[in-house]
Formats: sequence, C-alpha cells, structure tokens
Amino acid sequence: MSTPPQIRLGLLLLFAPIVFWLALLVILPHVDMLLISLRVRVAPREYATSLANYAEFFTEPLYWNTFARTAIMSVTATVMTLLIAFPVSYYIAKMVRGRSKTFLFLLCLTPFWVSELVRTFGWMILLRETGIVSSLLLWSGLTDARVELLYNDAAIMVGLVYTSMLFMVVPLVTTLDSLDDSLVEAGYDLGGNSFTVMRHIVIPHAMPGIASGSIVVFMLTLGNYLTPKLLGGKDSLWFTDQIYTQFITRFNWELGSAFGFLLLVLSSAIVWIGLKLSGQTLSATVR
Amino acid sequence: MAVTSPPTDADLACVQLVKRFGDFTAVDDVSFTIAEGSFFSILGPSGCGKTTLLRMIAGFQRPDGGDIRIKGKSIVALPPNRRPVNMVFQHLALFPMMTVEQNIAYGLKRRKMSKAEIARKVAAVLERVGLPELAGKRIDQLSGGQKQRIAIARCLVLEPALLLLDEPLGALDLKLRERLKVELKELQAQVGTTFAYITHDQSEALVMSDQVAVMDRGRFVQVGTPQQLYFEPRTAFVAGFVGDSNRWSGRVEDTNGTEAIVITTNGLTMIATRAGEPALSKGDAVDIFVRPEAIVLGRDADGAGGCENRLPGRVESLLFDGANSRVMVRHPATGGDIMVALPQTGELMGLRRGEDVYLGWRARQATCFAAAP
Repeated sequence: MSTPPQIRLGLLLLFAPIVFWLALLVILPHVDMLLISLRVRVAPREYATSLANYAEFFTEPLYWNTFARTAIMSVTATVMTLLIAFPVSYYIAKMVRGRSKTFLFLLCLTPFWVSELVRTFGWMILLRETGIVSSLLLWSGLTDARVELLYNDAAIMVGLVYTSMLFMVVPLVTTLDSLDDSLVEAGYDLGGNSFTVMRHIVIPHAMPGIASGSIVVFMLTLGNYLTPKLLGGKDSLWFTDQIYTQFITRFNWELGSAFGFLLLVLSSAIVWIGLKLSGQTLSATVR
Repeated sequence: MAVTSPPTDADLACVQLVKRFGDFTAVDDVSFTIAEGSFFSILGPSGCGKTTLLRMIAGFQRPDGGDIRIKGKSIVALPPNRRPVNMVFQHLALFPMMTVEQNIAYGLKRRKMSKAEIARKVAAVLERVGLPELAGKRIDQLSGGQKQRIAIARCLVLEPALLLLDEPLGALDLKLRERLKVELKELQAQVGTTFAYITHDQSEALVMSDQVAVMDRGRFVQVGTPQQLYFEPRTAFVAGFVGDSNRWSGRVEDTNGTEAIVITTNGLTMIATRAGEPALSKGDAVDIFVRPEAIVLGRDADGAGGCENRLPGRVESLLFDGANSRVMVRHPATGGDIMVALPQTGELMGLRRGEDVYLGWRARQATCFAAAP
C-alpha cells in the first residue's frame, strides 16, 4: 500500500525540526569532535591520524582517576536523590488528593524558576566560612571558631542532590500515580505488611520510573559543570572541568574532544550496566 | 431492627454499623448476620453505601459506630492484614508484576510457610478452580474469566472465614457474566466458604445468593431469600429495584384493610393488595407494582377471565428477546404504556403492532405500597 503524497509531505514537515536539530546540533558536532579527537599535531599546522589522545587518558592516572571519581560521586548522588525523592513522590502520588497534590507538586517545581547559578550561590551563602550556618554554629556555642563548610565533597553532594531532585520526583510521581490503589489494598488484604507491600508491589511497579529518573539524574550529574566547580572549588576534580581545561585553558582541542567522547561512551556503558543489573530495558523506561 | 446477640454459627455479624463522611451518612445503623457457608449478597444502586460496608468488613475503613464480629470475635480493632477475611476487588487487583503462581503464593509467603507447602497449596487451589495449566503465565496473558478465577483462587488458598466480592463481574461482557454467575455459584457450593457479594445487578444477586439484602441510602431495606424479595417485597423500593415492574401512582378510593380500590393518576381504576406496613386508609397516596409476567394477554376479552383488573389495549411495540420477550401495550383511553411478558407458547405468535388485545391481572399480583412522602 503506497502512502498518498500529501501525507508523506506532512510527515516530512513534522519531522523536519527534529531532524535538523539532531543533524546540526548533535550529529554534526560529534562527527567533527570524533575527527578532531583522532588526530595529533606533529608540527605547526600539521596533523596525523592517531589514537594517542585516547591512550593518554588511560596512561595518565590523573585523567582516569578524575573520571572514576566523577562517576562514583554521580552514582552516589543518584542513589541519594532516589532515597530522598521516593518517599516525597509516594506522598505526593498516593497519600494526598486533589488541590494539595497539585500544590505540593508545584512546590517541587518552584526552585527551577530561579537559575541554577543563583541557586548554587544560595548554597554558598549558607555554607561559606562567614555564611549563615557557620555564624549560627558560632552563635549557639557549638563551635568556638568559624567553620568552612564549602569546598569539600559533602558540599558538592548536597548541591548535586538538590539540583537533581525534580528530575527524580517527576518520573516517580508519574509511575506511582498509575499504581492502582486496589493493588496496594490487595497487598495488605492478603496478609502483607507495609514493608512487603512496598518491596513486592510498589517498588516493582515503580521500577520504570526509578530507572528513567536515575538515568536522567546520573547523566545530568556527570555532565554538570557549575555545581561541582562552585561548591567544590579548585579541588573539585570533576571530569567536565578537565574537558573545559583542555579546550579553553590548554587549547588542546584534540585531547578535549577525546575526553568528550570518552565521557559519552563510558557514561552510556554505566547506564547500560545499571539497566542490566536492575533487569530493566531502555524501552520500558520511556513508556 | 432489634439487636439480639447474633447466633453463634454465624460467620459474620455486623451490629449497628455506622459510617459517616462529613455530613453524609454512608452506612446508617446496619445490622445483619451471615450464616456459615452461605452466599450472601448486598444489592443496591450505586452510592447506596454497599462498597463502604464491604470495605469496613475488609478493614480499609473504620466504622464510626457498631461492631463487626467473625465467629463471635470482634475484628474492628484489627488491621486488614490480620483479619480472617479476604477480598476480591472490583477490578480484581491481580499483581501484574507477578505470574499466576506468584500471585497465589503471595499470601502464603506472608504466613512464612515452607516452599514445599506453598507449592502444594498453589497447585491444589489451581486444580480446584480448574486452571492448573496457567501457573507460569503472566497476568496479561489471561482472559477475563481466567483472571476472575485466579483472583478468587488467590483468596481461597488462604482459607478465609469469609470471602468478600466487590462486583467482580461488573467489568466483563454480558455473555461471560452470565456464564461466570453460574460458575461462581457452583464454586461457592463446592468449597463451602462463606461469600459476601455486593452488586448493583439484581440478576446476579437473585441467581447466586442464598440470602439477599437490598440496600438503599445506607440502610438495609429488606433481607430475605431471592424468592421473598421477588414475590413479597416489603417496600416500594424493593418492588421497583428487584425485577421489572409496571408502576402506577394513585390514591386509595376504598379499602378493606388488605385489598384496596385505587384510582391512578392517569385515571385507571384497579384493585390491588396491600404489602408492607403501615395499613392503608381512604385517600392515601400509593404506588402499585405489577410484574410483566403476572399480566394475562389475550386477543379477546375471555382470555383474562377470573382477573379482577381488566383493560383493553393496542400493541404499541414488540420487544423480541427469546424467552424474555415483552410487548408494550398502550391503553387507548389514557395513553399509558404497559409492559407485558409475551408467552412463547404459540397462540400469540403472530401478534403484530397495532393489534387490539385484552389485558388482565389478579388483585393478588398487584401489590401496592404507601407512597414515599
């Protein structure tokens, strides 16, 4: 059966924006980046094709250590976000009804009215040596000198979890909303307690939401530049910072491109492993 | 209803149960007992409080007053997971993330039973509901009727004192519903578990139950066997809700206590029998109910001989539905339509629209109730 030409034209026009977007902003730069990452400068304005840039990542401990640290911190941040967001989402989706539900959901959204930079400065005002928390501790006599709460891993973690919250709450509320109340009731009716109902009914049902929320949060955290840089200071050692340094400070586009590609490949691999371990598929998470 | 201490062989006794939501009283002073091993239905229109009543027995809602006892012991203070009662939900609530086997084993696992024991019980109950081959299937691979039986099996495997069923046939198509009605009744007789079944479908309640309670606006209007409800309704609500009826409103012209001569609002004069309380007196507003199958239909006036109420009419339409066929007959003087069952015995086979017929019914089969104020 052939498609009438006017339908084919309509389809083409509808798909045009996404095709252009993908081609110009995603595929084209990546192809160029791949080409740049595969060359080394042998003399001024003279380049040769080589895998040396990739080799450098694996031979220089600073680079892959930074990557490993970034990945581990991101996984930790994802898990912590999930642990905090799950009860919140369960409360919003299952315990409250009507207007208060909408209100609570909007409340989760309001911080995103403000730019990420301003929100991160908010954390800095709270946590710096002359900041509110430090002053409060001094005033109450819990410490006898001012304390610097910024520029450590805990501060980075706080900032990352805070920034990621919404991206976990939205998919979780959506999947938990679709859980039929009578399934939970049946769970209790057949003799289950709160723990077994949560473990055998609520969590298995919410699994696609947990997986998609975790993927989004992990990718955003891994690719975050601002929060680790501002809250972690010079020693934040975030992988995106390495990429920035190569491109802007060192003007070494070849190595920077290789790092960019490695970030893409390695983070995809981590997501794939995560999906395999939890028994989920990518197609199930977007449903 | 006077409250006496319920008989000890009763599986479930509800005593003066009350549930309010704000100003609205959903369940209003309901008392009843269900005998062990019987099939008890609660029949009522939607919003009459039957679901609330069931959810209180299951433990999902706390009564504001009264007591629920199972085999003499009060269960009001127990949470749902510790009550010897299981529920088949309206949409069955089978766990979609588990297989049939895991669904049935769920409750047994919560009782910390050994693996071998669980496997044995699951196999036995699947055998009992006649679906042993489905153990490993996913829930979405089952047909409507199979889901139904698995949901019941999941409860029966726990050997509850009482099985609650919340309109489990409501979501199914008519043909399947008809078949499952019979199956459910047979299953109950076979396993001997006490069933409490709620429905708004009078045919389900009549076909399956040993006892039916008709519920309206939070109260039990009448409790009795299906035959009692059908043939001896005690209120106008029961007469109108259980089975089809022709209904007239009118005023009592004369009465001897049991029988009354009534002039209806559209000008017919009828002799009807009083049912229910209170006694009627001259001038009272009443409602008269006559079942379609109680009306004799004939081509000539002699056919309705022996009937106190006789009317000429003209066939307005024929509603053929096999054994359930009906004729709508219009009374020419008043223009009112009367529904009459069409006997399938043959002599009225050629009846067609516009034909003149004669109707008649006994005073005994026209029940009248004092109209609701």
